[in-house]
Amino acid sequence: MQFIPNSPLKKSMLHELKLHDINDLFSDIPKEIKIENLKLPPSRHQQDVEDHMRQLARQNKSFCEMPSFLGGGYKPHYIPAVVKSIISRSEFYTAYTPYQPETSQGFLQAIFEYQSMIAELTGMDVSNASLYDGATAIGEAALMSMRITKKKTFVIPENISWEKKSILTNYTKGAGIKIKEVAYDKETGKIDLEDLKKTINAETAGFYLENPNFFGVFEDAVEEIHPLLQKNQSLFIVGVDPISLGICKSPGEYGADIVIGEGKSLGNPLDFGGSTLGIFACKNEFLRQIPGRIIGMTKDHQGKRAFCMTMQTREQHIRREKATSNICTNEGLCMLATATYLSWLGGKGLQELCETNFERGQQLRKQISAIPGFSRVFSGVHFNEFVIRCPDAAAVHTHLLRQGMQGGLLLEKWYPKLTNCMLFGVTELHNDESMTRLVSLLKEVC
Amino acid sequence: MYHSAVWREPLLNELEETKKEKYATKSMLPDSLQRKTSLDIPNLDETQVIRHFLRLSQMNYGIESGIYPLGSCTMKYNPKICEDISRWEQFALLHPYQDETTTQGTLRIMYELEKMLCEITGMDHFTLQPAAGAQGEFTGLLITRAYYEHKKDFNRDEVILPDTSHGTNPASAAMAGYKVIEIPSTKEGTVDLEMLKKVLSNKTASFMLTNPNTLGIFESEIIEIARLVHEAGALLYYDGANMNAIMGKARPGDMGFDIVHLNLHKTFSTPHGGGGPGSGPVGVKEKLGRFLPVPRVLKKQNNFCFDYEYPDSIGKIKATYGNSSVILKAYIYILLMGGNGLKETSEIAVLNANYMKKKLVDSTLYQLPYRQLRKHEFVISCEQLLSTKGIRASDVAKRLLDYGLHPPTVYFPHIVKEALMIEPTESESKKTLDEYIDTLLKIAQEDPSLVKDAPHNTAVQRIDEIGAVKNPILTWKNIEKLNEIHI
Repeated sequence: MQFIPNSPLKKSMLHELKLHDINDLFSDIPKEIKIENLKLPPSRHQQDVEDHMRQLARQNKSFCEMPSFLGGGYKPHYIPAVVKSIISRSEFYTAYTPYQPETSQGFLQAIFEYQSMIAELTGMDVSNASLYDGATAIGEAALMSMRITKKKTFVIPENISWEKKSILTNYTKGAGIKIKEVAYDKETGKIDLEDLKKTINAETAGFYLENPNFFGVFEDAVEEIHPLLQKNQSLFIVGVDPISLGICKSPGEYGADIVIGEGKSLGNPLDFGGSTLGIFACKNEFLRQIPGRIIGMTKDHQGKRAFCMTMQTREQHIRREKATSNICTNEGLCMLATATYLSWLGGKGLQELCETNFERGQQLRKQISAIPGFSRVFSGVHFNEFVIRCPDAAAVHTHLLRQGMQGGLLLEKWYPKLTNCMLFGVTELHNDESMTRLVSLLKEVC
Repeated sequence: MYHSAVWREPLLNELEETKKEKYATKSMLPDSLQRKTSLDIPNLDETQVIRHFLRLSQMNYGIESGIYPLGSCTMKYNPKICEDISRWEQFALLHPYQDETTTQGTLRIMYELEKMLCEITGMDHFTLQPAAGAQGEFTGLLITRAYYEHKKDFNRDEVILPDTSHGTNPASAAMAGYKVIEIPSTKEGTVDLEMLKKVLSNKTASFMLTNPNTLGIFESEIIEIARLVHEAGALLYYDGANMNAIMGKARPGDMGFDIVHLNLHKTFSTPHGGGGPGSGPVGVKEKLGRFLPVPRVLKKQNNFCFDYEYPDSIGKIKATYGNSSVILKAYIYILLMGGNGLKETSEIAVLNANYMKKKLVDSTLYQLPYRQLRKHEFVISCEQLLSTKGIRASDVAKRLLDYGLHPPTVYFPHIVKEALMIEPTESESKKTLDEYIDTLLKIAQEDPSLVKDAPHNTAVQRIDEIGAVKNPILTWKNIEKLNEIHI
């Protein structure tokens, strides 16, 4: 059998154990529950499986075949070959969690560098070594605010994605945290400050703000939010698109206590929503309440610089039910991709990329909203996603699909008030040609 | 003798910047939104970047470097073909929200993988959404909550687990809002039925069990355990971390388990990636299917689609549908192995473990607590080495590194003193197993000072982990604090 080198040695090894039959090794399983075989097809040759996978691959349409303008937090970005090359080093990708630091110095140093760059980007003091994704990071942040403030109400904007709301509810149910929502301004798409003031009070453990928010709009009244939270001794949690931080203010600059985000865009492929990376960074004073792994720099016994997992008494393998989180396996390789990506890009490259994304967003929004029947829904300044009201969103979707293009995300299903609205997303991968084609196809619908 | 690569590789920000000029923003972004602080991410040349990370990789050990027998971690070979295919753009460049008619290939893979996992475990329904084993446990416990809420049984707030359980079990139970009750194991290293009977009550929501357990012992009383748990009106939860021991031999569903999680990055050969991404699918019996996370993948005629119409569903546990590339690799692995190959996988994994166990125990240098037969892993103790030569399990582990071998899991489960938990998997040849055994025997007979000072041949020597806790240096902004660590 492939991948099982001792397959032909079964008999001789059993003989050394003074056994006759392989089933002797399973004599401790009661007869009533033993099975003879699994009802699955027999093993196949690699070449045959590759052919099969090629057929399945043909039933998918990738971004290269079918340009997509979907928003909703996931967008394709250019990934340099360097990233693929580094994450394909099997010393990295076939390693376990670095429990034995002396033989894992490479990965540990890379995580330390990742933590350093995330701290830089977010304006926070410390970062962990990743969580599952940006959505579960909100859940972990809510639990952490409860541990720190000993309060049990967590406030979120009404307009975060429905997926995130559902995950947050699941993460906080056990702890008995109550979730309150703040309305968004129907004109600008930004948080409704008056409603926020009414909602935040001394009972608030924390407030989560997304910037840019789910509609792509920047929250520019952040300076007013921080004092309000401070007054009520509530934590300020900010969710970011890390690419926007090339040029935009870091949440550290406007008083955030915890910064989270989906880091997938930094060097990881779309992967149908997989290969996610939960960014989690915070102020130093909350260090001992962080969920997940943290890597520290220290010395070896000869005084040489070295790296290891640290503050492990927060974690499940030591603390069991008293741990800050149940997370064990995180998103190690996605984090390595991000570390490689950011060092390839450099601070300068990230600024340039951020600017391109902002400009492309403005360009496409202007072009689409100039088409009769299509209009911009929110007036707030937006990044690389924006909401457009179409004459008939379903018809637009179908027409584009027939022409080999995927339009914006249909919002009405999840936000019934946003009738015929589409959330468009655009990045450096969308060139003038594909944008022009989208616009001309949209014109055909009305 | 082995020696690891030693690069005194600077940190990224200590490398010399090649692109010196600052970027002048010409952005139309309103000034009020613009960053005022500097962004200290170095601007390097591609050559510098590739050398930096390549050198780091050379100071790292993976399963392709050699044997990696971490108990309960199932570090098996990761077939190259799975990596290769997962990077094809038709799979990797797929947007989670694109029209379902354009993702039929991936939807079919998800649908078929769920069915395969049902067959392997004897469950009725599966979700692929959880990102890792611990998240699978958490999902299982949320399903448990939903089940009792649906039954209007609000009394059940306790989860029972044995003292040999993985740390994630109690942590997940606590996160789901349950009180954790830990019961001690018997002298045989298995579940104490009398103790279990005592703690089971109308307050019990679930009993979480790994079978074979973390000592590598199969819980032969499992049918009685399931009967007792169900009699108390509770659910039986299967931690699938040790599934590599019993594929094609027995199924948790047949044993009476109601909820199962698997670790695709263990049993189904997807790489661990230095700590993820993983995947922790959850399988349930029919009565719990309605509570699984949405969306579910359905087949209608010959088409596949996502279905959100499950009003009793717990909702979502992770964004989108799970770690797709991991799901894809596990699917390919199962196709390659087939039913017969998975069965042989477990047979040889168990054979390899028992072979190593016998040789090590026969030597009398290491001790085997509890009865003899093991499944795919076993735990030996270094207690005698400690009392005669002052050598601890951690010393043996560090000394193994000097021979270019990865150590086993140490000090787990907690009920065994000076524990070494060894899981060779089916991937290793007899020759490799023999070398590992010989090295462990050799270490036990070496000069204790050599062992206690190990490792000597790695990129760095034994690390001051206490210094790292006392004096946390977590980013390159505060590395000057390194001077405060005195060796």
